[in-house]
Parts: sequence; structure tokens; C-alpha cells
Amino acid sequence: MAEAAPLWAVPVLPVALCLGAVAAAAFDAVVGGGSGRPGAGVLAAASAPLREGLRLLAQQRRTTPSADTALGRVGLGLVPVAAVLAAAVVPWGFVQVADPAVGIVWFNAMEVLAWAAVWLAGWGPNSVLSLIGGYRFLAQGLAYELPHMFALTTAGLGAESLRVSEVVGAQQGLWFAVWMPAAFAVYLLSAVAMSFWGPFGYPLGGDVAGGAVAEYSGVDRLLLLGGRWLLLTATAAFSVPLFLGGGRGPLLPGWGWTLLKTAAVLAVLILARRMLPVLRAERYMEFAWMVLVPLTLVQALFVAVVVLNR
Amino acid sequence: MLDNTVFSVLSAVAVGSGVMVFRFDSMARATYALLLSLLCVGGLLVLLGLDYLGVVIVLMMTVEMAVMGVFMVMYMMNPAGLMPMSILHNRKGAAVVCAVVFLLMALGIVLAPWPRRAGTADEDPTKALGESLMGPQMLTMMTLGFALFSTIVATVLLATHRGRYDRLGDDLRARRADDPVPGGVGR
Repeated sequence: MAEAAPLWAVPVLPVALCLGAVAAAAFDAVVGGGSGRPGAGVLAAASAPLREGLRLLAQQRRTTPSADTALGRVGLGLVPVAAVLAAAVVPWGFVQVADPAVGIVWFNAMEVLAWAAVWLAGWGPNSVLSLIGGYRFLAQGLAYELPHMFALTTAGLGAESLRVSEVVGAQQGLWFAVWMPAAFAVYLLSAVAMSFWGPFGYPLGGDVAGGAVAEYSGVDRLLLLGGRWLLLTATAAFSVPLFLGGGRGPLLPGWGWTLLKTAAVLAVLILARRMLPVLRAERYMEFAWMVLVPLTLVQALFVAVVVLNR
Repeated sequence: MLDNTVFSVLSAVAVGSGVMVFRFDSMARATYALLLSLLCVGGLLVLLGLDYLGVVIVLMMTVEMAVMGVFMVMYMMNPAGLMPMSILHNRKGAAVVCAVVFLLMALGIVLAPWPRRAGTADEDPTKALGESLMGPQMLTMMTLGFALFSTIVATVLLATHRGRYDRLGDDLRARRADDPVPGGVGR
């Protein structure tokens, strides 16, 4: 049922991902009611992220004394690039740019690359607060990554394959979200966490003056903050083939369902961000190690037993 | 043709960034140069058709190098190389050892009587690898896993500032952990 995408899909993918991210950011701005000007309409709020992006494009780049410019720029560039590379294995309906036999591992590897990139971005400017932001994400990412990895593994286990198209195929009768609820919930949690966003926005927190992004302006800032939206969109989109049956559904074509489900997941994440405060790191860390890791392991055990008895 | 080009580029970058690990005077640059080198090695494995191993190397090495960043801060006198530094020690001795090891390995490649390929490559190399590891080598894997895990636990025990007796009292009966920062799962 899976098909290889035509060659023109390769240049289209980053554009589509950017459009998705801009739409998500626009929705976020509308929900937050923040166009910056009181009394402005919905349109003004929705276009606020776009205007902010253009403003950053025109803004001058800030430099700091004895910065490690090379490493900083590698880090900044790597965040959006890793998001696009991760999105390459996400099926649009039943068509995907690449369908390697180890698609799930590839996705996780790209997420981890973005994780390491944030440290580089924080390191680059030779500034205390941005360095703290980078280190924060590195240390917290360890606690996010393990349950995340187990959640991904559980979906692969249920399908008995790491190929994304086969994971979609295995959800013929029943979505994985239904019989692997813990893995799905942990995936959504860590999707937000690995995008260091919303309740997990600590690495870019106000208490360290913006953290990893503190010293960046102009294009640099756009790459990191925009890359974060790309990451969030890509991880939300990946939850559809993993847990929500991919492009399966009545009436609409496959890509239509993929788009709808991705939009729904993104909307849930954005609304949750508006309702939840930034989590206290030390509280969540212990929760992640003491509760989430055993929980995902038990979930994986349950799925393994079901698969063995099938 | 394409395979040869990809192989040449990846191996050149791998060797080049491997050399740069020892040329950079910053711990951060050295770490990430090593990461680049290892990412290229992962790419080479994918080129050989070992997709799973290649991608897992990309995944694990990225995590490993990043974790090294955390450990640099925790344990080094000069956290993360905030000052210029060199990771070269005992230059002459190291150069001799490296040259000898390199010569031995290169000689081994040239002189070894390589067997002709018997049969064809397995259709699913990941599965074949899993079976050969989990089949006859299971005992080795279990022992290795156990040794690694006890090393991790022992290291954490040695490094930790506050153990469970500090947190939960001498008889471990405290209802709430006595932590400097409240929170967590509230034990």
C-alpha cells in the first residue's frame, strides 16, 4: 500500500513543513490573542508570526566577543535541517519521500541531532545565560529521550517492523493509540519536550533571559525559533502514522486524513501549552525517571506479549 | 560510481574530522569533530547495506557525544574547555603507539587470507545480526549487559552527593524525602 513519492516531493517537503509550522504558529498566536496591539482582529493575530519572521529576516545579526561562531551556526542550522530530515519518513497519506527499513530509528536519530544542536547554539555566543540554556536542554533531554525511545519502540514492536509504512499497515483494524495509550501519551509529552516548547520551554526560559536563544537576533534567532516550530510540526505529524492509523479514514483521501489528524494533534498540543504553565524541571525529571520509564517499559512488555500470542 | 563517490567523500570527512579532534584547542570543537567523524562512519555502514547499524550509530553517537558535554562540566577542572586547551599528552609515546597500531592493522588487512564469499548476503541484515547476537552469543551479551549496568550503577553511587539514607532517613522510613528542592513524585 505504501508508494515511493515522486522526485518533486523532495523540494516540496521542506516548503510543506514550513507552511505547516507557520499555520501552527498562527493558530497559537490566535489562541493566545496576541497580535501585540489591543483591538486588532483575528487576521492581525494570525499573521503575527509571519510578520515576526520577516522582521527577524531584516534585523541585524548580533555578535558577541570571542564567540565560537562556527559551532553556534552549525547548531542553529542543524535544528531546522534535522526537522526536515526527520519529516522525510513521515507518510503523506500512503506516500512518503523515503521509506527506509529503519524509518523509526531514523526519525529518532534526527530528533537527537536537533537535541545536540541546541547545546551548540547555546555554546556558540560565549555567553553565560545561553550556555546554561544549552546545558539545561542537554541534561533534561536525557530524561525526555528514554521514555520517548521506548514509546517509539512500542509502536515498532506492535507492527513487528521499524518501517513506517508497515507500522501504518499494521493498524488496519485498530489504531495503536487505542491499545497502546501509555506509549501514545508519552510520545505526545516527549514530542513537546524534545521541541523544548510550551511546558517544557525551560531551556529558553525567562529565568535565564531566554536561555539558548538569548544572544541571537535576526536570521540566527529565526533559525532556532522557527526550527523549533518545524520540529514540533514534524513530531506531531509522525504521531499520525505511529499511533493514529496514518492516512486511513472514510471519504477523504489519505493525505487529507493525514493533514486533518496532524492538525488535530498540533491543536491539542498548542491548546495544552496555553493551559499549562512551564513545568518545574526538577519535578518533571523525577517523574520521568521514576514513573514514565517504568510505565513505557510495562507498556512495551504488554505489546510484546500480545504480539507473541498473535 | 555513485557509491564510490559517496564512500570517498564520507571516509575523507571521517578521517579529516578525526584528525581535527587533536588539532582543535577547544573541548567543544573536539567533541563535535569526533561526532562528525562518527556520523560519517554511520553513513559508511548504511552504504554497506547495514541500515540499522548505521542509523543506530548516528543515534547513539550523537547522544554519547552530547552526554560527554554534560560530563565535561561535572568532572573537569576546566569545564567544557571554556579556556583554550590541548587534549594531547605524551606526544612522542602516543605517536609511536599510534604508528605501530596503524601499521599492524594495515598489515593485517593486506596480509590476511580473506575467504571468498560463501552464499549471498542475507535479505534482512538486521535480523541476521540479531539472530547471530541473540543465538549463540546470548551468554556473552547477558554478561556484558550485566557488567555495563553494574558499572553505571556503581559510578552513580560513587558520584552522588546524597544517597537514599540522606533522603529517607537511616531506616529509610521517612514519609517524604528530605530534598533541598521539594517536588518530584513526593515520596
